[in-house]
Amino acid sequence: MKEENVIISKGLTKRFGGFTAVDAITFEVKKGEIFGFLGANGAGKTTAMKMLIGISNPTGGEAMVAGFDVHTQQDAIKKNIGYMSQKFALYDDLTVAENITFYGGIYGLSRKQIREKRTKLIETLGLGEIAHQLVGSLPLGWKQKLAFSVAMLHDPQIVFLDEPTGGVDPITRRQFWEMIYKAADEGTTIFVTTHYMDEAEYCHRVSIMVAGKIEALDTPKKLKEQFEVSSMNDVFLRLARNIE
Amino acid sequence: MGILVENISKSYKNVAAVKDISFEVKPGELYGLIGPDGAGKTTLFRILTTLLVADKGQAKVAGYDVVQDYKNIRHSVGYMPGRFSLYQDLTIEENLNFFATIFGTSIEENYDLIKDVYEQIEPFKNRRAGKLSGGMKQKLALSCALIHKPKVLFLDEPTTGVDPVSRKEFWEMLKRLQQKDITILVSTPYMDEAALCDRIALIQEGKILEIDSPEAIVKKFPKKIYDIYASNMYGLLTALKDFEHAHSVFPFGEFVHYTDKREGFDSNELKIYLENKNLQDVSISLTEPDIEDVFMELSRK
Repeated sequence: MKEENVIISKGLTKRFGGFTAVDAITFEVKKGEIFGFLGANGAGKTTAMKMLIGISNPTGGEAMVAGFDVHTQQDAIKKNIGYMSQKFALYDDLTVAENITFYGGIYGLSRKQIREKRTKLIETLGLGEIAHQLVGSLPLGWKQKLAFSVAMLHDPQIVFLDEPTGGVDPITRRQFWEMIYKAADEGTTIFVTTHYMDEAEYCHRVSIMVAGKIEALDTPKKLKEQFEVSSMNDVFLRLARNIE
Repeated sequence: MGILVENISKSYKNVAAVKDISFEVKPGELYGLIGPDGAGKTTLFRILTTLLVADKGQAKVAGYDVVQDYKNIRHSVGYMPGRFSLYQDLTIEENLNFFATIFGTSIEENYDLIKDVYEQIEPFKNRRAGKLSGGMKQKLALSCALIHKPKVLFLDEPTTGVDPVSRKEFWEMLKRLQQKDITILVSTPYMDEAALCDRIALIQEGKILEIDSPEAIVKKFPKKIYDIYASNMYGLLTALKDFEHAHSVFPFGEFVHYTDKREGFDSNELKIYLENKNLQDVSISLTEPDIEDVFMELSRK
């Protein structure tokens, strides 16, 4: 079977006036791959991600996401991807069930589909007893697991996760990653940013951005060999140090 | 001049945020409160910095009672809250000046204390705080918390959302501050940072699970722990969880950390089991637990 690329970025660039936030990044992500998108604060990760999910116009270069062009088909991109971030994922003032219904509507699912998805999701996550509680009252770990499932409601080809596990306890963090593995195993592509370097090791391949450019891209194993260090944390420190 | 916490409890409506917590931070100690979101860390910080009154128990900071002597505490402590709470419309220099003035001092008077941190952001001193990067905001907040030369410094999750390079620099700064006779209580959800503290309290759901030095806490881990590798991570996790003798199975970087229920564990038996599940490149080797292993073991109970 031919390996299919679901993200293809060629020289993708974003300039704000004289400042180049994302400087001609070129990379590909395969179907079913867990792709770690790493970089220091301010390296340009968020700006790059915004272009890939169709909410920011590139000033140069090209990219295809889920088969659609980031310049001309931004609406189609949004329908074919899922997105969750640490900062915003669900509405605190809606219940678990209401959040699912709301997002199902946003993603354009039919009432029947929403009802089926809602029942299945609440059952899979074991949220039966709290389905009618406000999301704001749930522990952060629960919220994040629910948010991930909601981002997958419409069976997107790719899910973008922006620091999904910040502040989450170590057990829940690992349960979250098991959900990611499962989704990837079933063919969904995962594009994830994180500041936990042990999570970088969980990715199939990892890119590291420094000052707007992708300075390294490979499997965690090969990156460690390339930089002759024993952990991704050291790879990260080595790269950022060298630039300074 | 440290911190003394005795049987502190605090509830919000019907949610108990902090449950009968006691611990002591010695003068000059770098003490870590290690636990996830919702563990009660921020509530505890707010009680110790006199912004919130506990339902039960007592606490002293720098020798002062948090309720009776609250005004003295406010002069003696520095507090860097988890959420950036400086004035976004003031510049770096204006923010720092503002905090210095409030505490009846000046930037010049205590410059020695903040120099190490402030020098890194001084080139941008005319930039508004709202326009700073995460790492710069963090350095400014620390400068402002230090400007009145506090005896005790409270840092609530100073490194959350900060990249590994800036986190490492931040901890190096804390170590240098400690040399200047400042007692530091710092909270973090990053378990790797725990190893940098003199002593730590592991906290979850309002309760303290364990208090000791990071080295001693790791030594208390009750089981032998193994690094297990296979080429298919998801398959490996699923297979290990189905193994009848598994006590704990957690992904750790490229390996899975595994403990067995039995005393006499035979790694060959497990290897054969995994290979029969069609897993490839299987390797099993004894490893050392880290603080995250201890935390997960304790929080299972």
